[in-house]
Amino acid sequence: MIDDVRKTYGDLRAVDGVSFGVGTGEFFGILGPNGAGKTTTLEIIEGLRSPDSGSVSLLGRSPWPRNRELLPRIGVQLQASAFFERLTAREQIRTFASLYGVGTTSGDAWLARVGLDDKGDTQTSKLSGGQLQRLSIACALVHEPEVVFLDEPTAGLDPQARRNLWDLLSSLNDDGRTVVLTTHYMDEAEMLCDRVAIMDKGSILELDSPTALIRALDAAVRISIAPNVLALADARQVDGVDAASADDSSLTMTTRDPAAVMSDLARRGALTGLQVRGATLEDVFLTRTGREYRA
Amino acid sequence: MSAFRSLSVAILKGYLRDKQAVFFTVFFPLMFLVLFGGIFSDQSQSKLELTQVGNVSLIDQMPQATRDAFDDAFEVTKVDDVQDALDRVRDGDSAVAVEQRGKEIVVHYSDADRVQSSVAQGTLQSFVQTANMAATGMVPMFTYTSERVEDESLQTIQFVTPGLLGWAIATSATFGAAATLVGWRSTKLLRRLRLAPVSTRSLVVARIGVTVLIAMVQMVIFVGLAVALFGLELAGSWWMAVPLLVCGTLSFMALGLLAGAVSNTVEGATSLANIFVLPMAFLSGSFFPLDGAPRWLDVVSHTLPLRYLNDGMLDVMVRGKGPEAALIPIAILLGFATVVLLIASRFFSWETD
Repeated sequence: MIDDVRKTYGDLRAVDGVSFGVGTGEFFGILGPNGAGKTTTLEIIEGLRSPDSGSVSLLGRSPWPRNRELLPRIGVQLQASAFFERLTAREQIRTFASLYGVGTTSGDAWLARVGLDDKGDTQTSKLSGGQLQRLSIACALVHEPEVVFLDEPTAGLDPQARRNLWDLLSSLNDDGRTVVLTTHYMDEAEMLCDRVAIMDKGSILELDSPTALIRALDAAVRISIAPNVLALADARQVDGVDAASADDSSLTMTTRDPAAVMSDLARRGALTGLQVRGATLEDVFLTRTGREYRA
Repeated sequence: MSAFRSLSVAILKGYLRDKQAVFFTVFFPLMFLVLFGGIFSDQSQSKLELTQVGNVSLIDQMPQATRDAFDDAFEVTKVDDVQDALDRVRDGDSAVAVEQRGKEIVVHYSDADRVQSSVAQGTLQSFVQTANMAATGMVPMFTYTSERVEDESLQTIQFVTPGLLGWAIATSATFGAAATLVGWRSTKLLRRLRLAPVSTRSLVVARIGVTVLIAMVQMVIFVGLAVALFGLELAGSWWMAVPLLVCGTLSFMALGLLAGAVSNTVEGATSLANIFVLPMAFLSGSFFPLDGAPRWLDVVSHTLPLRYLNDGMLDVMVRGKGPEAALIPIAILLGFATVVLLIASRFFSWETD
């Protein structure tokens, strides 16, 4: 889809040689901290910006300069809530529907699908952040595009609203649609995406499915139990444990052989408050950059 | 619905639901119309207050024709006591007080309002002379009739309506264009629309169309109210005000786009639009005629589009000039719009950054 794309602003290399392809029907994620170049990359693919060098091909065509034959085939949700002033949710989506030459029924259907029927007559200025995101996703999809771009659809939402939105997002490529999403939430990328490109400072660090990325790390598993169930010295003696540490709330052991640790702990009757945490994409980021991941 | 129509509807709804915008572009100028129309039309039509003390044969025994003319000029209040009459003059309730001492007509006046009192005195004198003349039985050698150059009906409202309408149109077009551009850019709606298969032309024409529609509604309300309440009389080629207003709207939208192109926030754009519009309205004779203005002010005022719109509207709506009188203002307004648009496009960017 895109090949060796670069974009520089002054001294800042916003996008520094990014290449990847997205397959039809794939749920593709671009993951990285703020300022990593995700949005700029997305804007170059959408055709909002021209790359300084490199080439972009979207559905077999070049999105730059503005290509009005390509636009009906793609759907876009932008970071800010881009709506007409003082229109209700239903008027917004119907207006967007007609911009794409789609009837009002499709607008109403999408409004229902994102769970906003009862907010149809509410002006957008009175909707919550989560509702606005749902509406702007519906507006991006009202004309049933082949590819949809979502730029940080869950940014700024509280955890509950984010999880509610995940159900909607994960259903978007059910009917063979391609979804490209940027996010700075590791768990979101892990949860939703078929493949993830981890970006930092304008380049792609890793690109694979979330599970493959984590497996490739061969990272240790952390097992923690309630404090005072086991002395720290004993914990270090448990089968398979590489290291152990304790604080006020828990005793944590790291291991590459969780099965051995678990059975030994069971023998010792020390499973109170058991928690097992595998590696996450955060560990992938940490390993690759040597920096703690900060969204 | 076509993309163009639904865009127009969306823009129009957005405007109509913005109570503040509707107030400042329609009702606020209308308040000035009512104020100016009310105050000044009263003044020009109102009679002079005159207090008559006891019997004054000059007034009481006038022949009917003279009496009618007298009643057109004066509103007479009769009192019996001289002191009451003087108090009325002192308090400004009456321009003059008149009493008769034998054959002498005595007029009491106050210097507080010299204009009124001297007009009253002059008028009274002429009635005294008419009476004297009649008493001698002579046929007067000269008679005196005054006629105004303009339409007989020309009153303050005639001047005020086109000027205030011009100001109202300038306000709504400039602010509308500025706020739309900046607002749509900062909410990224502009960017979102670039990613929809809608032509820039539909977008621009829809925005202009809505503003022109609003201007036409403003004209109907303004002229309708001025005709109905304040006796505005339209001259023959008043309909040329329609193309004038359309071209004026284009000029002011260009100004608004310039304000929007150079500012990053809606607040910045609207204050900049204010800086353009309000002084322009003053300098273009929207609030008061510029006939007595010094030469340099007149020169400055002729660099402003509103001046040409106001003059053009006065010519065709009030002064009774032919439709061709609007052509030069129209050409100038279109030229102004083109130049300002070119300047604005140099500053314009799709993004806020």
